[in-house]
Amino acid sequence: MNNPHGHRTYFRSFLLHFRPRNVPERTLRLSLTWGLGGTALVLVFLLIATGLMLKFVYEPFPDRAYESVLYLNSNVPFGQLIRNIHWLSANGLVLVVFLHLLRVFYTGAFTRPRQLNWIIGLAAFAAVVLSNYTGYLLPWDQVSYWAITISTSMLDYLPGVGTNLKEWVLGGSEPGPGTLVNFYAIHTAILPALLLIALPFHFWRIRKAKGLVIPRSMDEDPDTQGELVDTMPHLIVREVAMAVLVLAVILVVAMLFNAPLTDQANPGLSPNPTKAPWYFVGIQELLMHFHPVFAVLVIPLTLFIGLLSIPYLKYDTDSSGVWFVSQKGRGLALLAVAVAIAGTVAGVLLDEQVFVNGVIGSPDMVSTGLLPFAIILGFCTGFYFLLKKGFKASNNEAVQALFTLLTTAFVVLTVIGIWFRGTGMQLMWAG
Amino acid sequence: MEKESYSRRSFLNKLWVALGVVAFAEVVAVAISFFKPQKAEPAADELDAIVIAGAVDSFEPGTVSAFVQGKFYLARLDDGGFLAMSRNCTHLSCSVPWISKENKFICPCHSSEFDIKGEVINPPAPRALDLYPVAIENNILSVDTSKPRRRSVFEPNQVVYVKKT
Repeated sequence: MNNPHGHRTYFRSFLLHFRPRNVPERTLRLSLTWGLGGTALVLVFLLIATGLMLKFVYEPFPDRAYESVLYLNSNVPFGQLIRNIHWLSANGLVLVVFLHLLRVFYTGAFTRPRQLNWIIGLAAFAAVVLSNYTGYLLPWDQVSYWAITISTSMLDYLPGVGTNLKEWVLGGSEPGPGTLVNFYAIHTAILPALLLIALPFHFWRIRKAKGLVIPRSMDEDPDTQGELVDTMPHLIVREVAMAVLVLAVILVVAMLFNAPLTDQANPGLSPNPTKAPWYFVGIQELLMHFHPVFAVLVIPLTLFIGLLSIPYLKYDTDSSGVWFVSQKGRGLALLAVAVAIAGTVAGVLLDEQVFVNGVIGSPDMVSTGLLPFAIILGFCTGFYFLLKKGFKASNNEAVQALFTLLTTAFVVLTVIGIWFRGTGMQLMWAG
Repeated sequence: MEKESYSRRSFLNKLWVALGVVAFAEVVAVAISFFKPQKAEPAADELDAIVIAGAVDSFEPGTVSAFVQGKFYLARLDDGGFLAMSRNCTHLSCSVPWISKENKFICPCHSSEFDIKGEVINPPAPRALDLYPVAIENNILSVDTSKPRRRSVFEPNQVVYVKKT
C-alpha cells in the first residue's frame, strides 16, 4: 500500500522483529494484562533516561552527595523534575512489577511453556528491588543512611559469612565512602546491565510461548485460540496508548509532588522512628517479632523457594488463562485473604501485648525464632489440608489459596509497619 | 596406535579443562581481593582510638555521658564503677540514645531497651551493648575505641573501678 522504502515500512519491519505478525484478539483485552508489563517497560525506559541525566550531576562521595542533590534540586534547570520522575518511576516500578506478578499468578500463566519465564520474571523483580534499594542510599540523607545501616546489619546474622559479607557490601565496618561507591556502581552499572539482559530474555520467552496466555472461562477448552488480528495496528496502538497514559500520569504527579529528601546523614542520630523503604517494611515488621536469623534469612528464603517452585509443582488441572482457577478457587482465595488479615493482625497484637511486654528475657533462637516459625508453618500446613480435605479443593485451588494467604500476610505486615507504627516503633492507631 | 592417540587427546582435553578451572579461580581470586574493603593504616588508627574521657570525679554515680567523637557512652554505675559502651544497638546497629528520664537506653529503630549496664531489658536486641576497654590512671579515664568487645550479658567483672590506695 505504501512506498516499500518509506519510513513507515521500515518502522513496521523493525517492530515485527520483536512481535509476531498477528496475535489472538483475546490477549488484547485489558482485563487480561491490565497493561502492567508494558507499564513496567515504560518505567524502565524512563528510569534509564532520567538516571543517565542524574549521572551528570550526582557525586558519589559522602561529603558531596547530599550537596550535589541539593544543587540538582535548586540550581539545575528541571533538576528537581528529573529527580521526581526518577523517584516516582522507581517506586512505581516496584509496585507495578509486584502487581504484574500477581496478574501472572492469578491467570495461571506460569505453567508449561511459561515456567522459565516465571523464573526470569522473579530475577527481574529482584533486580528492580535491589535497584531501588541501592538508589535509596545515594542522596546520603538521614533516612537513607539509617535504612542502609539497618539493612546491612541484617547481614551480620547470616551464619558464618555474615560479618565478612557485611563489610564487603559496606566497604568497611560502617556506612562510609566505600559504601557509597559500591552502591553507586551497583546501582548505575551492574543492575541496569542485568535488567537489560533479563528483559529481552523475558520478552523472547513470551514469543516462544506463542504469545500471552489466552484468557478463557472455566469451561472453555484450553486450546481455543479465537480470532487472530494484525499486530499492527491492533496491539501496537493499544501499547502506545498505554505508554502515553503512563507518561502523562508520571509527568503530572512529578510536577505536583517532590521526591522526599530529609536532613543530611548524621551517623550519631537515628531518627525516631527509623523505617525501612516501604517495600522492606514487611521484613522490618518481621524483625519486631522474630529472631533476626528467622526474620531476614529463614522466612524470606522459605518464601523465595516457594515462589521459585510455583511453576514446577504438579497440578490437577490446566487452569492457564482462567482467572483464579475456578469459582471455588475465587471463594477460597477470598477466604485466605480474610484468614490472613485476621491471623496477621492477631499475631502482631498478641506478640506485642503478651510476649514482648509481658515476658522479659533474653531473646533466643528457640522462643523468638524456631517456635513461632514452627507455629506459623503448622498453621499454613493445617490451612492447606483444611482446603484439600474440608473443602475438597484441587491442587490448583489450594496452592492459590496458600499463595494468597502468604501474600496478604506480607501486605498486612507492610501496612502495619507503614501506617501503624509511630515513635519508638510503638503500635498506634492513626497514620 | 589409534587407541594411543585417543587417550592422548582425552588427556589433552582434560588438561585444557584443568587449566581453564585454574584460570577461572585466578580471576575469582583477583576479583575478591580487588573488592575486599581496605583496612585503614593501623598506626594512625590506634592513636585516634584512645579517647581521654576526663577525671573520675567529673562523673556522678548513676549517670551516663555521651562521647560523640568516640561514638560511645560512659556509664558510672551506682557503686562508682565504670563501663564504656558502644552507642550502636546490638540488634541492627542503630544509634541508641540514653533516656535519662526513664533510666534506660531505648533504640528508636525496633524499640530494644537496655539498662545502665547495657543489659537487654526489652528485645529484639540479642546481646548486651558492646564494650570498650576502660583504663584509669591517676584518676583520669581513658577509653580504647579501636575495637568493640562483644558480650552476651552483663557480668560484674566487666566493670572498671578506681583502685583503692
